[in-house]
Amino acid sequence: MTISILRSESNTAQTYTLDVQEETLLHVLTEIKETQDSTLTFTAGCRASVCGTCAVRVNGKEELACAYKVQDGDVIEPLQYHPVLRDLKVDKNKAKETLEKSTTWLHSFTEASPTHQDEKLTERQTDCILCDSCYSACPVYAVNPEFLGPFALTRAYRYSVDKREENVKEIIDNVQTNGVWDCTLCGECTLACPKGIDPKMDITMLRGESLRQGYTDPNFANQSFGTPDFGFDPNSGF
Amino acid sequence: MIDVLIIGSGGAGLTAALSAKDVGASVLVVGKAYPTNSQTSMAQGGMNAALGNVGEDSIESHVEDTVKSARGLCDENMIERMCGSAPSAIKWLESIGVPFSRLDNGKSGINTVAQRKMGGASAKRACYAQDYTGLKILHTLYDTCLKHKIEFLDEHYLMSLVVEDEVAKGATFLDIRTGEVKQINAKSVIMATGGYGGIYHNYTTNMTSATGDGIAAVLRAGGAVSDMEFVQFHPTALKGSSILISESARGEGGYLVNTDGERFIDELKPRDVVARAIFEQFQKGQEVFLDVRHLGEEKLMELLPQEVELCKLHENVNPATELIPIKPVAHYSMGGIDVNSIMEVDGIQGCFAVGECSNAKVHGANRLGGNSLLEITTFGKFAGEHAHRYASTTTVQEPDDTQLQQDRQYIQNLYAQEVRLNFYGQKEKLGKLFYEKVGIVRNNKDLNYALEEIIAMQENFARMGITDKSPTNNTNLIDFLEFANMILLSSTIISAAIARDESRGAHYKEEFSKQDDEKFKNHIVFQWKKENA
Repeated sequence: MTISILRSESNTAQTYTLDVQEETLLHVLTEIKETQDSTLTFTAGCRASVCGTCAVRVNGKEELACAYKVQDGDVIEPLQYHPVLRDLKVDKNKAKETLEKSTTWLHSFTEASPTHQDEKLTERQTDCILCDSCYSACPVYAVNPEFLGPFALTRAYRYSVDKREENVKEIIDNVQTNGVWDCTLCGECTLACPKGIDPKMDITMLRGESLRQGYTDPNFANQSFGTPDFGFDPNSGF
Repeated sequence: MIDVLIIGSGGAGLTAALSAKDVGASVLVVGKAYPTNSQTSMAQGGMNAALGNVGEDSIESHVEDTVKSARGLCDENMIERMCGSAPSAIKWLESIGVPFSRLDNGKSGINTVAQRKMGGASAKRACYAQDYTGLKILHTLYDTCLKHKIEFLDEHYLMSLVVEDEVAKGATFLDIRTGEVKQINAKSVIMATGGYGGIYHNYTTNMTSATGDGIAAVLRAGGAVSDMEFVQFHPTALKGSSILISESARGEGGYLVNTDGERFIDELKPRDVVARAIFEQFQKGQEVFLDVRHLGEEKLMELLPQEVELCKLHENVNPATELIPIKPVAHYSMGGIDVNSIMEVDGIQGCFAVGECSNAKVHGANRLGGNSLLEITTFGKFAGEHAHRYASTTTVQEPDDTQLQQDRQYIQNLYAQEVRLNFYGQKEKLGKLFYEKVGIVRNNKDLNYALEEIIAMQENFARMGITDKSPTNNTNLIDFLEFANMILLSSTIISAAIARDESRGAHYKEEFSKQDDEKFKNHIVFQWKKENA
């Protein structure tokens, strides 16, 4: 089996040939490093799809190296929109800053009576392992590097619907700029997520809550003719 | 100087950081990866607290179960502290937003948290979040750290503790990105660096980087380590990949069966007992499987969604319709840095340790499932508070840069060293050696053989080194430094196992199959003598 890996020093794809079948990409990367080329650089941790360390792109699609079975001819590249530190190892600090900007935490705790149904509301969202696959798949970053992005918005949504959160407004306030309205709802994040999370839906839900909190869709505002009594409410739906 | 330097950014480190900051300390958390990459994410089944949300329970029974499983090698005061603080730890996790699984009981707050039974427990005591308990606690802790503006230094690999006259004054780190060796001075240090299960390379549920870096650093700095021979084997890892299938699979009603389709053990006995029973089946030529088919697909997806996915991916097995092939592998290190009742390291003043890297004498010879997430959150809090108390009441003189210069020289030498033996091959060999000779069932002949092999590896160490000479982002170098720590700790594990001529909990020796309290109801402690340091 032959696969190619984008090497950062030369900025070219290097091919490696191995005698393996039915193995995960992580297994193959490890074998290359240990037996063929110790300079090949990547990051990994748990082998079980839960530590979020080993996401890369395979043939243009985000995959966890530990959960992807290698095929002959695969092309392996680092995540997009992350500064490449070396080969497949990227700098995730900027992506992580989106969590601080979105203030993705419980702002003001109040004791509640959560039920099994309430647990279900955020079960998927809290499966997030911060692997950054969705960030890499999001085309908004090509035009707006300051976009808060899928994983941060999913996390904001998760806290905003938590019954124990007393200050939902503050979370909503913090996802307006470069946030919920900058998403194109293309759904690439949802396709990329290895945990089956649907950030597109979460962002849609955050938009709904934003409208309830008195925010308006700036995209509509831009398209309006500037006359306040135009005759219909763009947010009312049809 | 910062007040509290926390090394390790898993659940123990993050809890310690939050608690130290809460009482007013300046805090810095340094880790070799990013905070949410840690081993804590892999804890699945739950966190014990005697809430009694599902049937009767009491702190007394939690203490009793824990003491019983520890087989006499524990500090009952520490266990009482841990179990007694468990309900308030859950309350705190509830207050920061941990998304626990819930009961529909019409109650409020932590009284709605769902609880399940784990091995060795006399009640349904483990609070959980599906089978992602560790992941969800870890990420909520991280979110809370961002809220409280905890400062992080990621991708910094611990090299040495800076210790002068037996007082901790900071640590040195290799900045993985730049390759620079740095010294960070601090009034107090908290080690939260994780266990050493990674020594059982390819035969462990742990991540590859669970190499006991902090334990090795403490040992080199003159601190004590204890109970190193006690390594817990988890009964149910996937046969091919050693990936963990949570104990909750048995807690929810899963069976263990052999090739003949027979059950051979009460599946909810403590882990050491179940692991040995499986090992016995292997010796009889039987294979062993986890059978959860009778639970039905719907219940499996509800309770154990992660396990279902992992079985499909790594073993090509659908648990709803097929048997899951399993084997016991190394899972948790009970031993580690020897600490006293305020989590301070034996032999190094101002240095504290918490979590799997520490030996706070709460797990003894065998840890109960659900007690490790409990330990990191309860004792993480104590460690943070005690480190702050120490930092605010002690005058610590700035250290010199002797350690820094020494570590820089060490790295420089590594780059210059010629390599004649691939250490990756040695790491594979080490893992297999440990699984086969320092495993579930031990004997002195095998242990002595293993020790000789380790000594040979140590003698060969000068022939090993790094072949990637890049100064920056050199993961070959990190792998090698980790391997050096594995080798150092290996000899302590084997030596202690040889010395303990009895069977107790996770340490089982064929020719001494009984527990011998008269001779061995004590901790085996290692500490380097001054002249060797």
